Amino acid sequence: MSLITPDFGLFFWMTLIFGIVFLVLAKWGFPMITDSVQKRADRINESIAKAAEAEERLKNLASEQEALVEKARKEQARILKEAADSRDALLEQAKTQAKEDASKILEQARTQIAAEKESALRDVRKEVASVSVAVAEKVLRKELEKDSDRDELLGRLIDEI
Amino acid sequence: MRRLIIIWFLLVIPGSLAYIGEAAGVRRYSAAAERGWTSPAPDRLPENVGAPDEAIKPAEDDNEVELDMDEYLYGHVRDSYEWHIMTVNGRHISIPLPVIVISKTGNGFHVFSSKHLEEGEYKGFRISTSEERPGRIVETGPEGKEIRPWDFSITKNVLGLMINSALLLFIVLGTARWYRRHDAVNEAPSGGVGIMEMLVTMVEDDIIKDCVGEDYRRYSPYLLTAFFFIFLNNLMGIVPFFPGGANITGNIAVTLVLALFTFFAINLFGNKHYWKEILWPEVPTWLKVPVPLMPAIEIIGLFTKPFSLMVRLFANILAGHLMILGVVAMVFLTAKMGIAVNSGFTAVAVILGVFMDCLELLVAFLQAYVFTMLSAVFIGLSRPKHETN
Repeated sequence: MSLITPDFGLFFWMTLIFGIVFLVLAKWGFPMITDSVQKRADRINESIAKAAEAEERLKNLASEQEALVEKARKEQARILKEAADSRDALLEQAKTQAKEDASKILEQARTQIAAEKESALRDVRKEVASVSVAVAEKVLRKELEKDSDRDELLGRLIDEI
Repeated sequence: MRRLIIIWFLLVIPGSLAYIGEAAGVRRYSAAAERGWTSPAPDRLPENVGAPDEAIKPAEDDNEVELDMDEYLYGHVRDSYEWHIMTVNGRHISIPLPVIVISKTGNGFHVFSSKHLEEGEYKGFRISTSEERPGRIVETGPEGKEIRPWDFSITKNVLGLMINSALLLFIVLGTARWYRRHDAVNEAPSGGVGIMEMLVTMVEDDIIKDCVGEDYRRYSPYLLTAFFFIFLNNLMGIVPFFPGGANITGNIAVTLVLALFTFFAINLFGNKHYWKEILWPEVPTWLKVPVPLMPAIEIIGLFTKPFSLMVRLFANILAGHLMILGVVAMVFLTAKMGIAVNSGFTAVAVILGVFMDCLELLVAFLQAYVFTMLSAVFIGLSRPKHETN
């Protein structure tokens, strides 16, 4: 029967010893361990969250970078195209300009030539006129050496007037 | 998990070796018995429990040695006033422990070594041989009746408790010291501290957090203490030699105290919903008035919960010890059947004993786990968050 009857002395000592063990461990033992483990667990969780965030950011960064490259490529294409366009335009402009200039020069040359021609003609005419006047003077002088002729001429001139 | 298995084997191998050692020692006795070894003296006090090898005592008529099974079994699992270590050639080697008694018959307060009790009565105190309280210190009352004095003796179990508690304090405070000395946030322990951390975390996460609920932190020191206290005492109980071998958690006074602690942990901090559920549960009114049937059942339940905790731990550990002792007893029982039979049974006993020891290691862990878990569950039940509809 003694096995199932609690003994008072042992009950007393067990209460005392277990009580002391409990108080000591509850104050200096387990809270220290559990708190430290908890802190570490928190930190690990935090680190995992941070790592996930960083990964997310990295992924975003990559796509951002891609977008940037894409954008730059587009920009490059646009700039190239613009450059080509402006080159073409410039060439075109230069061509027309040249054409215009050429035509202007031609026109000028033509006018000048015409003017030269005119003045040359005028000079020729003047010369011809003076030559013909001189010839006519000579002819007249010769012809009017005779009085008859002179009279006749006078007569005719008067008639003519 | 792999770590747990490794720890398991580390515990099993020394335990098994120790067990084999004990069985071998037992065999020496049985061999001595076969040779007709007659000792100890028949007039030695048979009530001197805690000297289990006295179970091997000469039969009355012839010189053959017989095994007193009761004495052998109970001597090993019972508390005693001395710590018997071994018997060599009939001489007991024991550690005498201090007896502290306060007489109820006006004999006063006495402290003396238990070795004085071997010779019989000392200062009016003797060890009882009665059926009622065998092996306990008694004094003789006025009418020759046995009276139990106030007995605060440092018995085998008390000394075992002290040693194991010191060991527990050393282990846990040593672990806590590691955290104090290290940057535990950025550093994880290894070795023994790592094992302790694993166990603490397991108990805290698997048992306490899940079973107690929200404000588990308030209870975790108690539950952790209970777990490690029971676990360590269970393990030390399996170790067959000093300072192990005291049947501490298989003693009902010890489990009674543990159950009482849990009882107070449950009921001192129970909230008002808990008390309402006990005193005025949500059942049809005729179950409460005029005969308070349900409240009565609930109030009985208050006490049966810790009672079951007490009996479960006590019975499991005691039964485990008795089974191992029973297996070892095969060696004694077959001692007279000749060397071949005896050797065969010894081999069987060793194999079975190793198996039983492994089983007991499992039980040692399991019972600590179960006690802690049920305590946590009961504590969790004492703190319902809202009224149930």
